[in-house]
Amino acid sequence: MRATVLVRPKPGILDPQGEAVESSLRQLGFAVEEARIGKVVDLELGDGDPEQAKADLERMCVQLLANPLIESYEITVTQ
Amino acid sequence: MSPERGPRIAVVVFPGSNDDRDAALALEDLGAEPTLVWHAEPTLPEVSAVVLPGGFSYGDYLRCGAIARFAPVMDGVTHFAAEGGLVLGICNGFQVLCEAGLLPGTLRPNASLSFVCRDVTLLVERADTPFTSRCEPGRSLSIPVKHGEGCYFADGELLAELEANGQLVLRYEDNPNGSIGAVAGVINTDGNVFGLMPHPEHAVDPLLGSTDGTLILGSLVDAARDRSPVPV
Repeated sequence: MRATVLVRPKPGILDPQGEAVESSLRQLGFAVEEARIGKVVDLELGDGDPEQAKADLERMCVQLLANPLIESYEITVTQ
Repeated sequence: MSPERGPRIAVVVFPGSNDDRDAALALEDLGAEPTLVWHAEPTLPEVSAVVLPGGFSYGDYLRCGAIARFAPVMDGVTHFAAEGGLVLGICNGFQVLCEAGLLPGTLRPNASLSFVCRDVTLLVERADTPFTSRCEPGRSLSIPVKHGEGCYFADGELLAELEANGQLVLRYEDNPNGSIGAVAGVINTDGNVFGLMPHPEHAVDPLLGSTDGTLILGSLVDAARDRSPVPV
């Protein structure tokens, strides 16, 4: 089983990387109103119990992959 | 009669720490007995205080301090702090303490996205902590910063709480990194864990342009001297 975790800066959290990319895209002539930069974590989980894996993924996000104070996360499980 | 021995203070060394020796030297000059403790140690030696130094622990992977907080020695540090032991986090050490949940808030990339490396002026908001007792209230300090991710963040509710509790011990006069409330240093509610982005260990000799760092580290040494070592 494979899973992808997307970690994003929460709305309202200053994202200077996103702002730098947004301004560069504008300089290239693209009509970009906002860019926000997060992280992608691809995980290979082996063939365990899918329910257990989902619970584990949730704990991985809370304990390490995201800082809940400033980041939101989204877990997608792919077969 | 042998001269009185100074308090023993642990300086934790993570892979990627690079201010550990400067911190140890500064503490030694101030009369303490620093002892370097490798991150893989499962426990802390018997000490009266712990310093988490600056650097780039574990390459700052994922988020600054996020991996270091799981170092084996951090169990000992957490236990030491819970027992009331004095813990000081400098720069990366501050980031580690925030990630470990020993201090509130977190540190984000500088608003400018630039690495800042210069002397800054700090305003001492509280001189009644074990980390600032050598400062007169309202005094300003000249101490260098050098970081890319020192922008302190706490949401509105948390910031109001920290403000009300008097936990915002140091502020920048001229905010170099976009920190909310110009916060440079934060203490926990129990008053025994303190983190700051500026580097007091780099301002301990007139040759370095300022000796104001001795007021922070000297306060810690004074406070550590008053406490008996905590076995962990």
